[in-house]
Amino acid sequence: MSKASFRIWRGDAGEGRLVDYTVEVNEGEVVLDVLHRLQATQAPDLAVRWNCKAGKCGSCSVEINGRPRLACMTRMNLFGPDDVITVTPIRTFPVIRDLVTDVSYNYTKARQIPSFTPDPRVKPGEMRMRQVDVERSQEFRKCIECFLCNTVCHVIRDHEENTEHFSGPRYLMRVAELEMHPEDTADRRMIAQDDFGLGYCNITKCCTEVCPEHIKITDNALIPLKERVASRRYDPVVWLGSKIGRRPAKDTPKVPNT
Amino acid sequence: MTQVAQPRPANKRAQISAPTFRTDNWRLSPILTVLGLAGFVGYATFRSFQQDHYWVELYHYLTPFYSPCLSATCEPGSAVFGTLPWAFPWFMPFAAATLPFLLLFRLTCYYYRKAYYRAIWQAPTACAVREPHRSYSGETRFPLLGQNLHRYFFWIAGAIAVLNTYDALVALFHGHNGGFGIGLGNLILLANVVLLWCYTLSCHSCRHAFGGRLRSFSRHPVRYWMWTQISRLNTRHMQFAWITLGSLVLTDLYVALLSSGVITDLRFFN
Repeated sequence: MSKASFRIWRGDAGEGRLVDYTVEVNEGEVVLDVLHRLQATQAPDLAVRWNCKAGKCGSCSVEINGRPRLACMTRMNLFGPDDVITVTPIRTFPVIRDLVTDVSYNYTKARQIPSFTPDPRVKPGEMRMRQVDVERSQEFRKCIECFLCNTVCHVIRDHEENTEHFSGPRYLMRVAELEMHPEDTADRRMIAQDDFGLGYCNITKCCTEVCPEHIKITDNALIPLKERVASRRYDPVVWLGSKIGRRPAKDTPKVPNT
Repeated sequence: MTQVAQPRPANKRAQISAPTFRTDNWRLSPILTVLGLAGFVGYATFRSFQQDHYWVELYHYLTPFYSPCLSATCEPGSAVFGTLPWAFPWFMPFAAATLPFLLLFRLTCYYYRKAYYRAIWQAPTACAVREPHRSYSGETRFPLLGQNLHRYFFWIAGAIAVLNTYDALVALFHGHNGGFGIGLGNLILLANVVLLWCYTLSCHSCRHAFGGRLRSFSRHPVRYWMWTQISRLNTRHMQFAWITLGSLVLTDLYVALLSSGVITDLRFFN
């Protein structure tokens, strides 16, 4: 057993301050364990969102020493005995209380994406997918929606005014996943740029760095989507093709009233 | 049953004035990036405009910074396609037909974009470190919309890589006594060309063009195979981006030192 020094952001409605705590730590513990001990011994009103304690529910996203992380997957032995561990709420989303934030922005953005649109002529039960096609989007389906990628993305983290026009890496990845689906017939490339803000992404790969599921968000989703958008919108050869009728465009609009 | 509306929390982020709470050495990576890029740009600029020490006639070594040599003043034998009828002024590199495109290929490369957006433009300097800019529009406006032309620069860079390959192979058939021969210079030229191909083929636009743009891999097995191979290279695109900067400098420096007579080529055969 040892002691660790914590500085935890306490407050609500955006106003708050860092409060110092010294708390007991046992071998093998993670930051979430220590936060729970704090609740049990010193700060019973400390608000922390958590659920599975196994890195699979994405609830306990916080910033630990400035880095967006899952509290349940951050082992205490990462820190030296003299380190002061700073825990703050994820900065991109409004604070409800202490370390709990309102992430409803993400669900709004999710609803705006046109869902999977199979060919209407394919009857239920007729659709078949080969393993190679399944594998491609399987990587993206590992996402646990912890929103660490969206919180670290400087497009909205440092520029709150962009939140309306930018869906963040998580939902651009969702668009990419649907665009790579062999049985999907919608074309979301124009709205990826115009409504979901793909052009704001400058591929600095912070989303990939913080992903607890190690999804290669930038290389496998965002850049391929940028290339697809370039084909649809910025490639003069493809543009010419669409004008002479070789590749007529049929853009799918954003889901209305979202 | 009547539902009572819950009061919504005030829509406000945590007001934290510190730009970051990161405790690691997050400044190191952007500093090294700036030093690396500045070093290469400085060297390449000097050598491109030097208009000298680019050709070793005895072994037909031509530095990639001067390929193809197009000025009327190019040394005999160094111009693969022949020369233009006039001598280039001092401000025009002898390889003016290729260098701008190679520069644009790297400038619009998805890896270099990350590198200079972070290290030079500081958007952001490092992850979860507040950036200094008041507003941000990303790649939504001119001139950064031009980054979408990367695919065209990729095809041009591929053609230039073919030319560099030709230069390296031709040198193999100009041994000390004529005919086939191998020296250290040949190995350096060949290694440089192999690395240039690795960098060019690992490009994200290449990955897209050869298979990434497909919706269904199972219906296109050959392109799926190509996409798989390119994807393997693509995971090391950053490494190839840096290694090729080093290999270009090393190749050019070796040819320059040979050409100026400072060193002699180490010959293994003929």
